[in-house]
Amino acid sequence: MLYAMLIYQNEAAAKAATRAELDESVALFEAFHDKMNRAGHVQGGERLRHSDTATSVRVRDGKTLVTDGPYAETKEQLGGFYLMECADLDQAIEVAAQIPSADDGVIEIRPVYTDPFGPQS
Amino acid sequence: MTTYALPSIPSSPVISRGSSVADDVQSPAMVLVQDVLEDVVHQDGARLLAALISRFGDFELAEDCLQDAYAAALLAWASQGLPANPAGWLMTTARNRAIDRLRRAGKLQGKLAKVAPDRSRGPFDRDPILPDPIPDERLKLIFTCCHPALTVESQVALTLRTLGGLTTDEIARAFLLPTATLAQRLVRAKRKISRAGIPFRVPDAHQLPERLDAVMTVIYLIFNEGYQARSGESLVRADLSQEAIRLGQVLVNLLIAERMEAHLPEALGLLALMRLHDSRRPARLDAAGDLVLLEDQDRSGWDAVELASGLDDLDRALAMDGVGPYQIQAAISAVHARAKSYSDTDWPEIVALYSALDAITPSPVVRLNRAVAIGMAHGPEEGLRALESLEADAETSLAGYGPFHAAQADLLRRAGRPHAAAAAYRQALELTENEAEARFFLRRLRDFGLDEHHPKGDPSA
Repeated sequence: MLYAMLIYQNEAAAKAATRAELDESVALFEAFHDKMNRAGHVQGGERLRHSDTATSVRVRDGKTLVTDGPYAETKEQLGGFYLMECADLDQAIEVAAQIPSADDGVIEIRPVYTDPFGPQS
Repeated sequence: MTTYALPSIPSSPVISRGSSVADDVQSPAMVLVQDVLEDVVHQDGARLLAALISRFGDFELAEDCLQDAYAAALLAWASQGLPANPAGWLMTTARNRAIDRLRRAGKLQGKLAKVAPDRSRGPFDRDPILPDPIPDERLKLIFTCCHPALTVESQVALTLRTLGGLTTDEIARAFLLPTATLAQRLVRAKRKISRAGIPFRVPDAHQLPERLDAVMTVIYLIFNEGYQARSGESLVRADLSQEAIRLGQVLVNLLIAERMEAHLPEALGLLALMRLHDSRRPARLDAAGDLVLLEDQDRSGWDAVELASGLDDLDRALAMDGVGPYQIQAAISAVHARAKSYSDTDWPEIVALYSALDAITPSPVVRLNRAVAIGMAHGPEEGLRALESLEADAETSLAGYGPFHAAQADLLRRAGRPHAAAAAYRQALELTENEAEARFFLRRLRDFGLDEHHPKGDPSA
């Protein structure tokens, strides 16, 4: 099954990080990525810029409303995501637990529709 | 369909002798068939469901098809007689139904595509013979139902529904919930299992201890839900304890069958703990339905058979390697079970067991119980000192914790300090939400002759 792993992090803490701390974090992610890639899990994923660069768009009564900022103003923000192929939820949980951000943030696991235009099931 | 209830009997020419459509009088044959089916469902339902899930890899499909098979059985068995192997009949029927559904949905692939429905032994054959005996895959089913990605409420409901064979309606009544709420909870849980990919398998070795803990937590929750039921509440609720004991025994048997003996001691410990507690049930409530403290229970009323099998389970557990919290709690219960009276109890042993428990699972509640035991072993003053140090060590204040004041009150009473004791009873009274407990505290206060002006008054007045 294909799972999206959404990485939620405390942005304030990330912004306050020192250069050395950032380097360490990058190294951890690189190691994680390599390991998961070799195991055949990684199908995709991106790191997102901070939520102060976010723009939210909604269309109401035919009008496009654009607002500055993320959908929800919370301390923890979506900071990136992975698409991981895993046998089942147990394996997905194991993979998610190894994402370096799991130590201080939260990883939300969401199964991905195999056929996005198929019936809702 | 997700709620299992035996379907109402449709009017069929074979079984309905009356001419009126509204005539819903059941024929004797139908009543018998219904009884037999209920027995088979309770005995073999979980095994059938587990085998179907294992075969088709789809929880919802397996359950739906098993429901269909139950409905078909009612009709077929009434008109054509009971099959020699009812469980096998249900398995074959449900399996054929599943293959039909998959074929119609165009989802039959690979190996499954080659499996044709067994037409020669269709639902209306008397005695379908299975190519092989139904494998017991219930351990996998337990781990699916108690998966931590489900809410604990869902885990409990799903376990009772699939492994306990209780109807949705029975579970709803046991938890004092509307049937629709519980049905919805089960639907959501099953949907999550399918869509999130919650596996149907025994977890890998390194995940096993944690996941087995989750399973035992669910079983113990079910037990306590029933154990705390008071008289006047539905019988189904009290039956939850029996069901939990049955599940505990199933877990033990499966661990043995799967050669997972390393995890057996705690599973046996849990079973012993439940049986030892349950053995006191007959003496636990008085005629008015009030809780009788262990101290005041008539021990001749304890269920000797249940007690003996609890002690037996515990002995088996302790003879193995791998002590854990359930075994220690069962051992504490066993010390009480072996004592002739409350005062005759081996209190120093109980103090030692609570110390051991606190070392594995530290908690203020365990230390509170330990202080009470110290009060019994070495006198109330020692107990009070233990309480004081507990209060000093506690990270959060125990001032808002009723049982703390109740324990303190009892120790003060026994130390011959009625005024201090009364003050503690009043605090305990203030904090309790349990009516029977409140009546007990008021009774104690009355014994001191110090209760006249309490704002909560006397409910019995």
